[in-house]
Amino acid sequence: MSHLLNVEDLEVKFALRFGDITAIDGISFSLDKGEKLGLVGESGAGKSVTGFSIINLISKPGFISKGRITFEGNEISAYSDSKMRQIRGDRISMIFQDPMMTLNPVFTIGMQMTEVLMAHRKMSKGQARKIALEKLKKVYIPSPEKRLAQYPHELSGGMRQRIIIAISLLTDPAIIIADEPTTALDVTIQAEIMDLLQELCESDNMALILITHDLGVVSQVTEKIAVMYAGKIIEYGPTDQIVKHPVHPYTEGLIKSIPGTVIKPGEDLVQIPGMMPTLTNIPQGCAFNPRCYLKEDICTTATPELKQKNGAMAACHMK
Amino acid sequence: MVMLVIALVGFSIQSNLGDPIRPLVGERVSPEEREAMAEKLGLNDPFFTQYFRFVKKALKGDLGISFIYQTSCTKVILKHAPATIELILGAALIIIVISLPLGVFTALKPRSIFSKLVMGFSTLGVSIPVFLTGIMLIYLFAVTLGWLPSYGRGETIDLFGNGYWKSGLFTIDGLKHLVLPSISLASIMLPLYIRLIRSEMMEVLETEYIKYSWAKGLSPMRIWMVHAFKNTLLPVVTVFGLQIGIMFAFTILTETVFQWQGMGFMFLDAVQRSDISLLNAYLVVVACVFVIVNTVVDIFYGFINPTVRITGTK
Amino acid sequence: MRQSLINFKESYFLYSFKRDKVAMASFIAIVIFILLALAAPWISPMNPYDANNIDIMNSEIPPAWEEGGVKQFPLGTDNMGRDMLSTMLYGLRTSILIGVGAVSLQAFIGIFMGLTAGYIGGRVDSILMRIADIQFSFPYLMVAIVVSAVFQLAFGIGKYEMLAVPLLILIIGFAEWPMYARTIRASVMGEKNKEYVEAARVIGLSRPVIMVRHVLPNSLTSLMVISTIQIANAVMSEAALSFLGLGMPVTRPSLGSLIRSGFDYIFSGSWWITVFPGIWLVVFVLVINLLGDWLRDVLNPKLYKG
Repeated sequence: MSHLLNVEDLEVKFALRFGDITAIDGISFSLDKGEKLGLVGESGAGKSVTGFSIINLISKPGFISKGRITFEGNEISAYSDSKMRQIRGDRISMIFQDPMMTLNPVFTIGMQMTEVLMAHRKMSKGQARKIALEKLKKVYIPSPEKRLAQYPHELSGGMRQRIIIAISLLTDPAIIIADEPTTALDVTIQAEIMDLLQELCESDNMALILITHDLGVVSQVTEKIAVMYAGKIIEYGPTDQIVKHPVHPYTEGLIKSIPGTVIKPGEDLVQIPGMMPTLTNIPQGCAFNPRCYLKEDICTTATPELKQKNGAMAACHMK
Repeated sequence: MVMLVIALVGFSIQSNLGDPIRPLVGERVSPEEREAMAEKLGLNDPFFTQYFRFVKKALKGDLGISFIYQTSCTKVILKHAPATIELILGAALIIIVISLPLGVFTALKPRSIFSKLVMGFSTLGVSIPVFLTGIMLIYLFAVTLGWLPSYGRGETIDLFGNGYWKSGLFTIDGLKHLVLPSISLASIMLPLYIRLIRSEMMEVLETEYIKYSWAKGLSPMRIWMVHAFKNTLLPVVTVFGLQIGIMFAFTILTETVFQWQGMGFMFLDAVQRSDISLLNAYLVVVACVFVIVNTVVDIFYGFINPTVRITGTK
Repeated sequence: MRQSLINFKESYFLYSFKRDKVAMASFIAIVIFILLALAAPWISPMNPYDANNIDIMNSEIPPAWEEGGVKQFPLGTDNMGRDMLSTMLYGLRTSILIGVGAVSLQAFIGIFMGLTAGYIGGRVDSILMRIADIQFSFPYLMVAIVVSAVFQLAFGIGKYEMLAVPLLILIIGFAEWPMYARTIRASVMGEKNKEYVEAARVIGLSRPVIMVRHVLPNSLTSLMVISTIQIANAVMSEAALSFLGLGMPVTRPSLGSLIRSGFDYIFSGSWWITVFPGIWLVVFVLVINLLGDWLRDVLNPKLYKG
């Protein structure tokens, strides 16, 4: 059986002056057609780098040092730049974190939409415009004709993020990678954008990789979750299972810090003590051990592997 | 505002140093006649009254009478302006044609040997005074090789038939004369622009929207030449406006080296022969040019930057 | 003191300096230039300012290795029969003197204005910065040329030439102070609301003391970078003014006036009168610029973008 997207043992390193540091340390996951996966973790856990490495766009000095990424049966991690470019923005499109920074300030919305179609499909400007309008309607942008002639700074943040979603829909991609799509927006608009994304993925049978630090959002939208900590996936499985019965103490901590999930009204929210280690000094053994309440000697010596537990996978010695 | 201050500075120079009677009546007049003349010209009025009169006249285009040329300063300047304008145009053309590709290239490939060479030369370039570049060019191309003429404007054509705009742009000889002065004037600004374009471009390449353009699967050429380039251009245009003023200052040097009969040459002539009203007129005109150039640049900036166009003001 | 010396030895600053050959070479070159300039009266073969040493019969002798060259004048002589080597050494001395003097003056005015504007703020600030803006909108070289032209007219050429050194320092100093003022002001604005300034005020230090002893040191890196670049600029400005005949007189030439006097003879083939001082000047300015570039890269201060 082959998945739509398969990431095997991906390792990403950053070449720094004093040597390479590992940002992603051998992670594997897969995604099927129309499936929605949440990549969850604190900032610095390697979520965004994972997202970018799928389309091979890690910012310098980062590079993929190991692993295979296959998409629709082809090993795209071995693709040349120009071949990769045909995938980017066409079969796999991306939504960035901050809509205020994502659109080029000196070009019109119309130009920034049609250029995608003209880069990937042989079509005239008129045809491209038609498709752009159609997609703008799909993301519920009022008076779309007018928007095409406008510049990004004339629109609000929520509106811009809708436009970026519309851009990502232009080529009817197989996967959308959304990197914290709502973090930079107002809370009221966050929900709207999430609902929109969910609705679009379901109606067009698109797969979604939702990168976020907000386990609450992920639990409402996605079917699968991969929890990342210090460059590793430490828990991976069906959303329901993980939210209700977390295995790894870190996941447990994350869930307990969201109001209204496992914690009942009236109970205190739990905070995970300490901070995530920086990539330059990841602790020996299990990276989470200094913050873990279950810590034993083995945690400081051996690195735990992902193993099957309660229908999900978790990397913890103690469970 | 800037104009008024400069007019004030210019005027106080004139009133303290200049002797406005001398150009009118010559050297040999009796003190009584002088006094009568001074009274008639209002030179005994308070300073500010005189100043306002000066500003009023200047607004009408009357900047006084030149002692050397014995005609109105406005005329003298108008006659010399085309030479300077053509020189600046020539230099600006060279700067644009060379600095844009080099700046962009060094930004895109900062590690290539060619980029390092360009950057090295640009440091060398800012260290060579413009007059020295001129002299070396003359020595090489005019004295040693004899390819290009070393001074003057060569053959010119009277553009509008009224004797003002004598242009060297339409004859081969005139263009030949323009080459060396333009290069040496351009040489001082060129490194600056290469560096500016390079650093702006590098900054733009790091932005989110450029990263997004990559994620959209656009071709590198389109990303660099369309998306990054236009954003690079915005700050460069502003600086270009400021630098045109500095170029004016350097025309004085270039024109001296090449005996180029422009405003800078005229200015130095005025200094050496103590023609204060002409000196003053030059100042006012140059200030005026600054203001005009800056306004034009602002308008142009608004034209290419949509953020400014909508709000109307900066 | 001892501790700070050790700190310096272990600092990143020194580390990157040792690694960067260009910076090292530039620094050594600058030191050599300064030593040469200081030692000019003792090491140069003759004193070019002393009319007794000058023999017009010796004029325009080419460098020693050219045909017609004389060993006595290794780099030839200029149009007045002065030894080029000596004249260049003395010229360098003058150029450095004016450059350093002008930059000190700029720095003094600029720092004073910047500190006052930044710290007092309000109306004083807007007036001072307005002045700086107006002057800034006029290119410094233009200001210098105009002011020196006016001075020359006011004093008469003879007297101007006698006073040339202090006047040039004054002119170039006044032409470029806004650069310092803006930078200082920017960093004062940034610093003045920080806790340590607050703390200094709480313990009862007066404003001037706080400004000079607490705020100013925080602007030192920017100042260092600006100063290097400005010295190069000042030397260039001086050369330009002298070249235009508005600077040092030919009797006491700086590098600029040497180039000017040589320019008249370039058509007759006496290239050395122009070329040697030209190269001399370029190399000097170049090493300062190289060092300035390196300083800017290493210290990376937030310079005021004008």
